Amino acid sequence: MSIFYFIAFLSILFAVLVISAKNPVHSILYLVLTFFTFTIQYILLNAQFLAIVNFIVYMGAILVLFLYTLMLINLNKDSEPVKSNIIKIAAVLGGGSLLVVIVACLKQVGISQPVLLKDPGLGLVKNLGKVLFNEFLLPFEVSSLLLLSAMVGAVLLATKDPKTT
Amino acid sequence: MGTADILIKFALIVIIFLISLLIAMYSTYAERKVAAFFQDRVGPNRAGPFGILQPLADGAKMFLKEEIIPTHANGFLFIVGPSLAIMTACIGSAVIPWGQKLTIGTHVIDLQVTDINVGVLYIFGVVSLGVYGVMIGGWASNNKYSLLGAIRAASQNISYEIAMGLSIISLLMTTGTLSLREIAEQQHGWHWNIIYQPLGFLIFIVCAFAETNRTPFDLPECETELVGGYHTEYSSMKLGFYLFAEYINMFVSSAVMATLYFGGYNFPFMHSLGLSENWVTILGVIVLFAKIFFFIFFFMWVRWTIPRFRYDQLMDLGWKTLIPLAIANIVLTGLWMTFIK
Amino acid sequence: MESLSNKRKVIESKPLNFWERAYLPAILHGLAITMKHFLFKKDVTVRYPEQKREFSENFRGMHSLKRDEEGRERCTACGLCALSCPAEAITMISAERQPGEENLYREEKYAAVYEINMLRCIFCGLCEEACPKEAIYLDGDIIPADYLRKDFIYGKDKLVEAPLNQ
Repeated sequence: MSIFYFIAFLSILFAVLVISAKNPVHSILYLVLTFFTFTIQYILLNAQFLAIVNFIVYMGAILVLFLYTLMLINLNKDSEPVKSNIIKIAAVLGGGSLLVVIVACLKQVGISQPVLLKDPGLGLVKNLGKVLFNEFLLPFEVSSLLLLSAMVGAVLLATKDPKTT
Repeated sequence: MGTADILIKFALIVIIFLISLLIAMYSTYAERKVAAFFQDRVGPNRAGPFGILQPLADGAKMFLKEEIIPTHANGFLFIVGPSLAIMTACIGSAVIPWGQKLTIGTHVIDLQVTDINVGVLYIFGVVSLGVYGVMIGGWASNNKYSLLGAIRAASQNISYEIAMGLSIISLLMTTGTLSLREIAEQQHGWHWNIIYQPLGFLIFIVCAFAETNRTPFDLPECETELVGGYHTEYSSMKLGFYLFAEYINMFVSSAVMATLYFGGYNFPFMHSLGLSENWVTILGVIVLFAKIFFFIFFFMWVRWTIPRFRYDQLMDLGWKTLIPLAIANIVLTGLWMTFIK
Repeated sequence: MESLSNKRKVIESKPLNFWERAYLPAILHGLAITMKHFLFKKDVTVRYPEQKREFSENFRGMHSLKRDEEGRERCTACGLCALSCPAEAITMISAERQPGEENLYREEKYAAVYEINMLRCIFCGLCEEACPKEAIYLDGDIIPADYLRKDFIYGKDKLVEAPLNQ
């Protein structure tokens, strides 16, 4: 349990550093560390597959792409757009409503049954696969369709419009 | 798990770590020697008999050179880059089964550091993490060439990871497990996976070349275009770490290829020789290392044969050829499994 | 355009067939070629300090100041070599032969100091051609490397041929 608290502390620390870092590349690197602590959390929950997928997909692919784009964009202090007051007010409102939602959720939280003890093999690949392709087949396939449509959308954005060129 | 078991595990980790460092060291020597033989030359032959002390001399040179950190480089990340590169290279060997179980007295020693049931995916994760070392180093150098090299490395690694993953999926369909130990055990005797997955192996080995940044895919450090690529600004042992990481990666990926497709520690007639279990295990370890050395040699053989790809050709090959081939391989494997097997 | 000579060669570039586009046969062929070199070809390296390649006949290496049949120095310090030297590498100080030194120097005048700066010398051989007494020849080895510039100024101790009967 103490490992959990230590890792959770690290996650929050790195998450705070993500938003407070001055250099955008540094904040991406802190984000990488945050995701790494998440991976450790998954392993602590015995969800090995989820942990390793989080490791590969988020740390290994998505954040590399983040880093990739950030390295190409020259983000300096002087190139940072000046934010108008309306945007600031909108941001405060948005953040505040998120806070309200989180507080409302937290009020209803009870201590759940520890998942770990009931079924230690829950997060293993075999069980996960069986659950995904039996009980949750429809949502699983629907989410794959969502990913496919995102992919098609990306291709559409990347191809040049023949009229404008 | 008693104290003795923990000690044995610890010893195993240290031994594997030392062996990978030793092999990486001598890979630098072997590379130069092999290159020389391919080009009808002699190669290093001054330090010690046949030049076998050359890696030590190179190492000493690397340590004694001046450490240069460029003025406008990001000092901390500049050091993190090579450290990350060598760290990710070293931790990949943790899930590779080096042999069967050894029995000494009452202790049964498992010749594998850890048998996690997502071993194949772990290797993937480590490989995908490896690109951070290159990217951070290239960016922190504050040099255009380094940055371009880093960007090339990143896009190349991500592109080829997809094809690699897809080629592995068809292998996993036939084996039905993600644990490297179980995959190795299934290939008992002659039933090596290369017989069932020749196309998958071809895709995998091409991707392995791209992932380890070896010729013909060594565009991140392409010296004709990018001076030195991502390690242009590096000197001394930090450069040494980058070069070392490449050779350790080569060793680990050779070990993975041998385990996944060439039967790992299995060899034909391993139980009809009439030897005791321990001797079979030891022979198996030797056989595995022979396979690994062959693959390392193959890496070098290809390096001194094929010229470098152009970058658009590299991306064409990855996205337009290897990925469709890998998907076709998955479909073929599925058909084979449902109708023939 | 009309061709000026009949040497023009028309190159056909057919589209590649399937196996050519698949690269693999070509790659295997290349691997076979390199393997042939790995296994069968002997290396062509001359391991230099231990083995030396023969110099060609007109090789010009380090200078040597010759002696005649009786072991006397041929040089008479006329200075023609220094005059002809395009790199101005040769300097000398002449001296008159004293009585009793007839077995050392052939002529009545000899070079007391004869120095060649090997960093300036371009080994053109003009000194050899200019010498009326056949006293200097560039028939030696390659000039060895050294650390200091002053060590490249070769005096008579290094240049004069060894005496005959020793």
